[in-house]
Amino acid sequence: MAINSAALTDPVPRKIDPGRQLSDRVFHGTARSVGIFVLCVTGSIGVFLGYQAIPTLHHYGAHFFTEVNWEPELNRIGIAAVLLGTVEVALVAMVVSFPFALTAALFISEYAPKRLKSWLVSAIDLMAAVPPIIYGLWGFFLLMPRAIFVARWLSQYLGFIPIFHVSTDPNAGVWQQSAYTGSVFIAGLTISMMVIPLACSVMRGVFDQAPLGEKEAAMALGGTKLGVIRTVVIPFSKGGIIGGTMLALGRALGETAAVLVVISVAYGLSGHILESGTQTTSALIASNFGDATKSVLSALLAAGFVLFLITIAVNGGAAMVIRRSRSGAGTEI
Amino acid sequence: MSIDLAVRTTPDEGVIAPRSLKPRTVRSVTKDDVLSFIGSFVSSYCLVYIGYLHLLDLSGWLGFGISWYVIFVAVYWSVLRVANPGYVVRDRIVAVTVCIAVTIVLIALGSTVVYTFTKGWDALSHVNFYTSDMAGVSPTASLNHGGILNALVGTVIEIGIAIAVSVPLGIGTAVYMTEVGGRLSTSVRTVVEAMTAIPEILAGLLVYVVLIVEFGVSKSGLAAAVAIAVTMVPIVARAGEVALRVVPSGLREASSALGATHWKTVYKVVLPSARAGLATATILAVARGVGEMAIPLVCSGASSFMTFNPVGAPMNSLPLFIYTAYVTHEPLEVTRAFGAASVLLAMVLLLFAATRFIVREKRSSR
Repeated sequence: MAINSAALTDPVPRKIDPGRQLSDRVFHGTARSVGIFVLCVTGSIGVFLGYQAIPTLHHYGAHFFTEVNWEPELNRIGIAAVLLGTVEVALVAMVVSFPFALTAALFISEYAPKRLKSWLVSAIDLMAAVPPIIYGLWGFFLLMPRAIFVARWLSQYLGFIPIFHVSTDPNAGVWQQSAYTGSVFIAGLTISMMVIPLACSVMRGVFDQAPLGEKEAAMALGGTKLGVIRTVVIPFSKGGIIGGTMLALGRALGETAAVLVVISVAYGLSGHILESGTQTTSALIASNFGDATKSVLSALLAAGFVLFLITIAVNGGAAMVIRRSRSGAGTEI
Repeated sequence: MSIDLAVRTTPDEGVIAPRSLKPRTVRSVTKDDVLSFIGSFVSSYCLVYIGYLHLLDLSGWLGFGISWYVIFVAVYWSVLRVANPGYVVRDRIVAVTVCIAVTIVLIALGSTVVYTFTKGWDALSHVNFYTSDMAGVSPTASLNHGGILNALVGTVIEIGIAIAVSVPLGIGTAVYMTEVGGRLSTSVRTVVEAMTAIPEILAGLLVYVVLIVEFGVSKSGLAAAVAIAVTMVPIVARAGEVALRVVPSGLREASSALGATHWKTVYKVVLPSARAGLATATILAVARGVGEMAIPLVCSGASSFMTFNPVGAPMNSLPLFIYTAYVTHEPLEVTRAFGAASVLLAMVLLLFAATRFIVREKRSSR
């Protein structure tokens, strides 16, 4: 009875949502501030680089993008050659790594027997975690002495194409080996080794999600393995293939350690990828920051800002392509 | 009639089913397939051996391999064409191409590991390589002097600080993005995603300019650790977000229905069930951070002596040691570089084995 009367005296319904307790408010506040802090710190990289680049861009104007040489003592500073080198190295890396990454991913997800498959997946993931400096050493000591023969062969038979031209006689009996070392070609090969596992593991992840029902349907219609791959797996994974490639491209553009070890430094716009000597943006920063004066440091930061914009564009594109693709979307059957 | 009979009788009754009713083996490899493969393999080798080495008088194993591959595909194609329709031929040719490409990738990747360990073996087999530093040791000194202890200690200290900074921040961000949410969480996610592949040299340069040039902090392990943490946070946050998102929402709802506060739900239910995923995220980020060369180069400087102090003095780390040793181009110093590279590689391998172990643990416990 006492309970009933109490209920009658207080007819206001109890709130279903009693509001957040103190512990929850603290938790939400902390989590939000951590998120905002991380946003600020990571976001500040871009803002800061942009801010620091202003004096340089103001001082050199458009010449900063057209000047080939990097000669601070003569007040001639430009990133034309460096940008060209960065893009060339990344492109060579992509041309070499794309077919290998694609076929390796296809093999792992479609051809490999089950037991081999899990082993291969770990091996590729592991290789993606090997430090770039180790690939750099590999590229310099193991790859370079062998790759110069390929470079010479290319210049012998394809030298009429401008990018394969080398300004030494490739047919000479005693050919000048040093003309082929430390080139864009070799740096690109080294970086391609670095990005193959990265691109491969992204692509493999997407291939594995290809709808089994559609694959079986293609097989039931009498398709060969190639037919299944061409009509189901590849169309389904287009987004993942492009996304993985772009992620690899972003990595290749910003790589420092491996490039620094392999290349011989030279500034030029020749575009001869087999010829010794090139320079990339990140290698430029790594090798010049030490004895840089205030203004040179600003120029380096401006170069870094340009690299930053390129990488962000590539990564953003990759993220967008992966998100828009059908990959991972629910399928019938 | 015979079919009816075969259907009714079973092998148990001692009647052998007619041959025609045996289930057809699916995707069998016929003798024809095997022989045409082996035949093409051998004949293309012979062709290249005679043509490449003797008729054209060329040399070089790479050229030999490439011509062998091209000739092999051509021969295999023409052999298959005899008895198979076009789509089967294409299927076989692509399968062979894919297998060979994978073999090349595996050989290339494997050679990285094997080559590093073989070249570094001379240094690795000296005990002093692990127990002394390079203070006062000239680059030309024999391998009985000097070692990588300072770099090893530096790497451990730097990565330790970086973990202490980046893991709470990264996991906190992941929790914010998945559990708390809100208007800002989308922009946090966008920025974090964009920053996962930021060139590490830029993070190093940022810390260099802000801490070392502007505020006059001297080059130190702490500066490098901060920069490494900046590159690690997005990786932990992004991988951590994925790990948290796959926690079934039924668990969260059950916890809330039992009257737990949101904090209790996250702390007691969500985080423990995502433990393995979070550990993997951390280890992946650590593996990336351990191999960072550009950041120590810019932020910590290479010291040749032992220091446990991350503040105020230069500190070496393994990747930087490898680079500085390589730059000298002294044969013995290069051997040390390879030795250090082997140690670094072993560290990454161990971290990776740990990841696999944790993931497997999780699977077996379910």
